Amino acid sequence: MQDGAILKMRGICKYFPGVKALEEVDFTLRAGEIHALMGENGAGKSTLIKVLTGVYGKDAGEIHLIGHDGPINIKSPQDAQNAGISTVYQEITLCPNLTVAENMYIGRTKGAITNWKKINADSQKLLDSLGIPAKSTQQLASCSIAVQQMIAIARAVDMECKVLILDEPTSSLDEQEVAKLFRLMLDLKQRGVGIIFVTHFLDQVYEVSDRITVLRDGKLVGEFIIEDLPRVKLVSKMLGKDLDDLSDIKSESDTAAVDESSVPVLEAEQLASMAGIKPFDFRIYKGEVNGFTGLLGSGRSECVRAIFGADKTTGGTVKMNGKEVKINKPIDAMKQGIGYLPEDRKRDGIVGDLSVRENIILALQVMKGFFKPFTRAQAEAFADEYIKLLDIKTASSDTPIKSLSGGNQQKVILARWLLTNPNYLILDEPTRGIDIGTKIDIQKLVLKLAAQGKSITFISSETDEMLRTCSRLVVMRDRKVVGELKGEDLTQSKIMTTIAGGDNQ
Amino acid sequence: MSAPTITNQKSFLSRIGAALMSLVRRQIFIPIAALVVLIVFNLIADPSFFAIKIGPNSAGDMVLSGYLITILDNASELVILAIGMTLVTAASGGQDISVGSAIAIAGSVTLRILCGTNSRPEVLQAPIIVAFLVCCVVAMLFGAFNGALVAYLKIQPMVATLILFTAGRSIAAWINNNELPIISDAAFGYYGNFIPGIPVPTPIFIAIACMIAIFLVLKFTNLGLYTQSVGINAASSRLNGLNPEQVKFMTYVILGLCVAVAGFIKVSRFSTINYSVVAKDIEMDAILAVALGGNALSGGKFNMGASILGAYVIQFLTTTLFKFNVVSTALPAYKAVVVIILVVLSAPAVKEKFGELRKRMASRKTAKEAEAV
Repeated sequence: MQDGAILKMRGICKYFPGVKALEEVDFTLRAGEIHALMGENGAGKSTLIKVLTGVYGKDAGEIHLIGHDGPINIKSPQDAQNAGISTVYQEITLCPNLTVAENMYIGRTKGAITNWKKINADSQKLLDSLGIPAKSTQQLASCSIAVQQMIAIARAVDMECKVLILDEPTSSLDEQEVAKLFRLMLDLKQRGVGIIFVTHFLDQVYEVSDRITVLRDGKLVGEFIIEDLPRVKLVSKMLGKDLDDLSDIKSESDTAAVDESSVPVLEAEQLASMAGIKPFDFRIYKGEVNGFTGLLGSGRSECVRAIFGADKTTGGTVKMNGKEVKINKPIDAMKQGIGYLPEDRKRDGIVGDLSVRENIILALQVMKGFFKPFTRAQAEAFADEYIKLLDIKTASSDTPIKSLSGGNQQKVILARWLLTNPNYLILDEPTRGIDIGTKIDIQKLVLKLAAQGKSITFISSETDEMLRTCSRLVVMRDRKVVGELKGEDLTQSKIMTTIAGGDNQ
Repeated sequence: MSAPTITNQKSFLSRIGAALMSLVRRQIFIPIAALVVLIVFNLIADPSFFAIKIGPNSAGDMVLSGYLITILDNASELVILAIGMTLVTAASGGQDISVGSAIAIAGSVTLRILCGTNSRPEVLQAPIIVAFLVCCVVAMLFGAFNGALVAYLKIQPMVATLILFTAGRSIAAWINNNELPIISDAAFGYYGNFIPGIPVPTPIFIAIACMIAIFLVLKFTNLGLYTQSVGINAASSRLNGLNPEQVKFMTYVILGLCVAVAGFIKVSRFSTINYSVVAKDIEMDAILAVALGGNALSGGKFNMGASILGAYVIQFLTTTLFKFNVVSTALPAYKAVVVIILVVLSAPAVKEKFGELRKRMASRKTAKEAEAV
């Protein structure tokens, strides 16, 4: 192969019933480069990866890999691995209760007798050479998520992979961990490994990538050298339109006025829950958007779960519009007009095998009662209304929700709560893992709802997103509320110092 | 999708083909296909299998007889159990293996109420309806016991129901002091045999009534949505205001009610009970009916119609084997062979292969059509 390419995908097509997931997509990976694969949800990134790794069969096109004459046929993930294509997924797919070395060699030992001494030594050598801070005899679960991810990469490297696919590797890592991961990626790049990097974080793309391939609606937009493609251009290429939506949001948020002298829609005093958060006070007014901020694990989600009754409360009082209410379980909160979009979409949000329609009506149906099911026509009408309103991309309302892309699943859950017409809506990481276009849509929606007089609590790991939408931020550290910021204090640096505990210095 | 659509040339035959294809993809296809195979087999082997005669029975009434009637009659208990088992499977992702033993208890309770203190009474000691209602309450209590273990103590369904599976028949014997009560009143036998003047066996009517009841319940309540939602994702169901434990618990109580009805029919058939043999192994047939209907035994989505059809197919198979004079001890082995075939055919891996085959055939066909044009 010419020009140093180690992988060439040409004219790849993949069809699902009613959807053209990939249409004539080309992709080229060169030795020793980090190649970012970008696109909105549903653009076809995951499908392309899955075709490459043999999870899906392709409907047309050819895949050429260095060292193979002619197109190769990848029928299963095992095939892909044997051909030197390794994948490290967002979720760790190793075994947490085995040791690091065992994880690195699992499924690769030959014969009946295994020399563990040698394997432990070999793994340690590899870990050291890659600068991964782990012992080969350590139990995997005792390593941090980042290190586990690096071990998964080390395993891939040791299998002499030429193509390494990293699918959203950074979404559960903090900044230092991300930096470590990037050092490892750059190291592998030096060794001539071609890395395909799939992520939603623009900053990270510009930090490590050499080249970017952009997909949109299953079609190739183009391949670009990173220097030639400024950020704004990348975003507009992904969205297929020029981006001035961000400024729109700003102006809208200025118009939202909150009357702090009124009775709060919800007021919690000394609320505590089984999840182990320190008792906290919280209030929200009509038409207000506020948020909880803090590092991962600081107790942001636990606070809102306590308010919604998702975790059992152990103390404190909650008043809705000045009247004390008892919220012991989610249905109590729902009856008070509270909606809650949970942080973990897969675990707590979607009901995978049920249709989009059933997922949309579920909460309202439960509130209406066991003996009063909606008729098919009513359910259809609700589903169609919100599919249109939120622009949910689905073949039909009968499609199982699990076959939708992440962003569209999130929109379905959002539709579910909007349908209950809540006075107070809690959105916990509504934009995690979804594309920029949808992110902006959701932020706009939040501000629109607030303008209509709804109260919203918005939680996000991305501070700029919260600054754009929230008028007040509750800052948390170590499961404790450590501050509240509003007005002029709402700046990146002020948030950072509050999170870090900077006011003591 | 890549195939060109030549609507004007679409022949009648290809339209039938497309309709068949869409049927193949439906969940209910497997039990239907199994039924068709059994029917064809019997048609070839001995068409008289399908003969239905009318003639006097031992009591002198004119009644229908024939293998088809036997199948519909004998499948009744299984169909009723399959209804409850489908719900339990959907919500709790496991099966209740104690239904056979629970039927022994339900039947024993019914007889005890009817007999009073005497095991061979001349007249019934209580109205039949009272006996039936007490039987329902007791069976639902035992269902509640299973449900509580599964839903609230989070014990695996098979392990939780193993308790009653083991103890049930002893409890049934103990209820009647290990005596064999025999009811001599003919009216009690109506429910498991014939009502004078009606030529169709009563259990068929009872089974139909149960099917109509579950159809109405599924249509006019959220039982279907709740059980499926809880079975697919309990955590998410809870955050949508459901009480997953309660939903699971309820399905076991409903299965208890099904057990009561099935048990009542069983004892009515013979007007007596054999504690160790009554409804033996019926739990396996009930679970098989659910599986044969294409429902995942790990819970979640279900198709009630397919389960019910599955139950009839199993009875069809059993009766077919009996007809060909398979010794009753060898029966399970024959059944197992058929079960293996059905289960393998409905396995996802095999289905996928069939899907590929179909696709390849379709693409070859379109290629041919293109050549012809």
